[in-house]
Amino acid sequence: MTRLNNDPQHGPPTGPPTGLSGPAAPASVLAQLNLNGRLVFMVLAIAGIWLAFHLLTQGTFMTSRNLWNLSVQTASVGVMVSGMVLIIVMRNIDLSIGSILGFTGMAMAVINTRIFPQDTWWGAVLTLLLGLALGTLVGVIQGTWVATLGVPSFIVTLGGLLMFRGGAWLLTSGQTVAPLSESFQVLGGGLNGSIGGPWSWAVGGLLMAALLWTDLRTYQQRARRGLPNRSVPVQALFTGGSLLLVLGFILVMNGYADPRSGLPRGIPVPVLIMLAVTAVMMWVVRATRFGRYVFAYGGNPEAARLAGINTQQLTIVVFGLMGLLAALAGAIQTARLNAGTNSTGTLAELSVIAAAVIGGTSLAGGTGSIPGAFLGAVLMASLINGMLLLDLPSAWQNVVQGLVLMLAVTLDVVMQKRRAK
Amino acid sequence: MTSPPQGSTPLIETRGLSKSFGGVHALENVAVSLAPGEVLGLLGHNGAGKSTLIKMLSGAYIADAGQILMNGQEVRLTSPRTAQRLGIETIYQNLALADNLDVASNIFLGRELLRGGVLDEDSMELEARKVLDRLKVNLPDLKKPVFNLSGGQRQCIAISRAIYFKAKVLIMDEPTAALGPQETEQVNALIRSLKQEGVGIFLISHDLHDVFDLADRVTVMKNGRVVGSARTDAVTQDEVLEMIIAGKVPGHLSPSAAPLN
Ligand SMILES: Nc1ncnc2c1ncn2[C@@H]1O[C@H](COP(=O)(O)OP(=O)(O)O)[C@@H](O)[C@H]1O
Ligand SMILES: [Mg+2]
Repeated sequence: MTRLNNDPQHGPPTGPPTGLSGPAAPASVLAQLNLNGRLVFMVLAIAGIWLAFHLLTQGTFMTSRNLWNLSVQTASVGVMVSGMVLIIVMRNIDLSIGSILGFTGMAMAVINTRIFPQDTWWGAVLTLLLGLALGTLVGVIQGTWVATLGVPSFIVTLGGLLMFRGGAWLLTSGQTVAPLSESFQVLGGGLNGSIGGPWSWAVGGLLMAALLWTDLRTYQQRARRGLPNRSVPVQALFTGGSLLLVLGFILVMNGYADPRSGLPRGIPVPVLIMLAVTAVMMWVVRATRFGRYVFAYGGNPEAARLAGINTQQLTIVVFGLMGLLAALAGAIQTARLNAGTNSTGTLAELSVIAAAVIGGTSLAGGTGSIPGAFLGAVLMASLINGMLLLDLPSAWQNVVQGLVLMLAVTLDVVMQKRRAK
Repeated sequence: MTSPPQGSTPLIETRGLSKSFGGVHALENVAVSLAPGEVLGLLGHNGAGKSTLIKMLSGAYIADAGQILMNGQEVRLTSPRTAQRLGIETIYQNLALADNLDVASNIFLGRELLRGGVLDEDSMELEARKVLDRLKVNLPDLKKPVFNLSGGQRQCIAISRAIYFKAKVLIMDEPTAALGPQETEQVNALIRSLKQEGVGIFLISHDLHDVFDLADRVTVMKNGRVVGSARTDAVTQDEVLEMIIAGKVPGHLSPSAAPLN
């Protein structure tokens, strides 16, 4: 769930420069909206893609069933992309996440089937926790290598890409491990992997209440302290828009019924995880020192160091976080496949980097946004989903993905040049 | 005009400070001192060691040998944070701001105000506004990234950061090198008012005219060594220029003008 606030990188929703309240001309209403141009553009692009596929597929694309599937297909990249934003903002890259995904996924499959042979909920939870710990450890090791030895992250994680892919094979000598326990499969959004209608409404209701409460409180507090705010109608538009977005999302998720029982499926567990990760990461970037320091380092590493920020530790934590998220995606994909295979997640790093870059993360460092990257993931997943519906050969998917990536970056470069003039 | 009264303890002083990079002796046996409310001009050609000296005073480099004393007590400035805690604030030559962050974030970088463990953006914005107002720096929107601000505005932000955190010693490495004449005057006015408030200031500048205008004393460096110090009311700009170029104190100047050599 993403909101079109200004400046998604940091800072709470804030108003335009002082003195913009009162009767406003149409132009200044737009200025007052203070929208992030890129986010708006991406939402429009996604809407265009959805509409085009909807027409091309004779009305199959925008059905609850397909959108539900699309949301599950977005989950794996969606979980990882926020970590990649932080990595790239800090002027690094992580090429190893597809392999970490495969390696930790395989490890979890082995743990789930060989160490906890019975199907228990705690067996599944422990499997997940061990997998996450493994991913974090791997990330921390790579981060330490980059931060303390000064080896470029491109090289360290290229090594990781090869090593962990090999490691995934070595864990079982290349054998596929299946089936996993039913409790663990929940993570993949399969048969019992959705939370059902009532819970989905509960989640949606809670989310809407939280949004409303935060916006109201922020508005009041800023007003009380004499800080600039949006004008009331504009703020109402933003808050109302976010609430409608949540409402629409829940309606779609509940619109797809389980064929066995006829009951609404509700939000798939992996999608819930993706949304939670995205929300937490947005909060981290906006509200914590850690998030602030990641962007400060990206903007000017020397300034960050001179301000007393422990930049080595920062790098290590960011890579550890990336490893954790890759392992989480590994759990989701392995659970969804209901098998541990040594090729799971191959090339995932490229989809994730592409989604981050399409979402406005600059490889020069210092610039990036979590909601933008999330929309980048949705955009890429929408393209793949639509092409699958159209039965295009999978080779076309790669061609189109590559093209979209290049187009997005080209657009950025052109815009930057124009702004510089 | 004040200079440190003989016998009283300086606000900050160094003794025998040395530092080399590989084979290069960037600093050798450097002694300088600064009194409260004093402006000391640090002069010398490029490569004289001025930046290296002030990086040691601000905790960015650690000396190979020598001592740093604050109010007569030896201090160990092992990190920028340690120096900041002791009230030593630095404004760097290369305008050390994070371009992608907004004004308030830059002022509070590394020392953010928190509420319940979470960034308190509103308080930081308010406090930033207050300190900028006090310095008569006019910036309409504190939530905009600083990259499109002018050099002068950016330098003022860096100075506000030092002021907000109550600098006792302010180190300025060519604070006006990147600025136009009007902006330079704005920064110079700030330096004068800080001096009034009792802040001790190290001022590195290539503009002898400005230095003579602002500084109580000058210390000249060459090849990592201190050539000598002099009160600005006791020497002429030409004499100081000669010290910078020739690397020695003109004969007629009394050694007492350089009290710590
Ligand atoms: N980080 C560094 N690594 C290697 N040499 C350095 C470094 N910093 C300064 N130096 C050398 O130390 C000497 C003094 O430099 P510096 O302190 O920057 O002089 P100034 O600021 O007076 O121009 C120069 O010879 C410079 O090349
Ligand atoms: Mg210098």
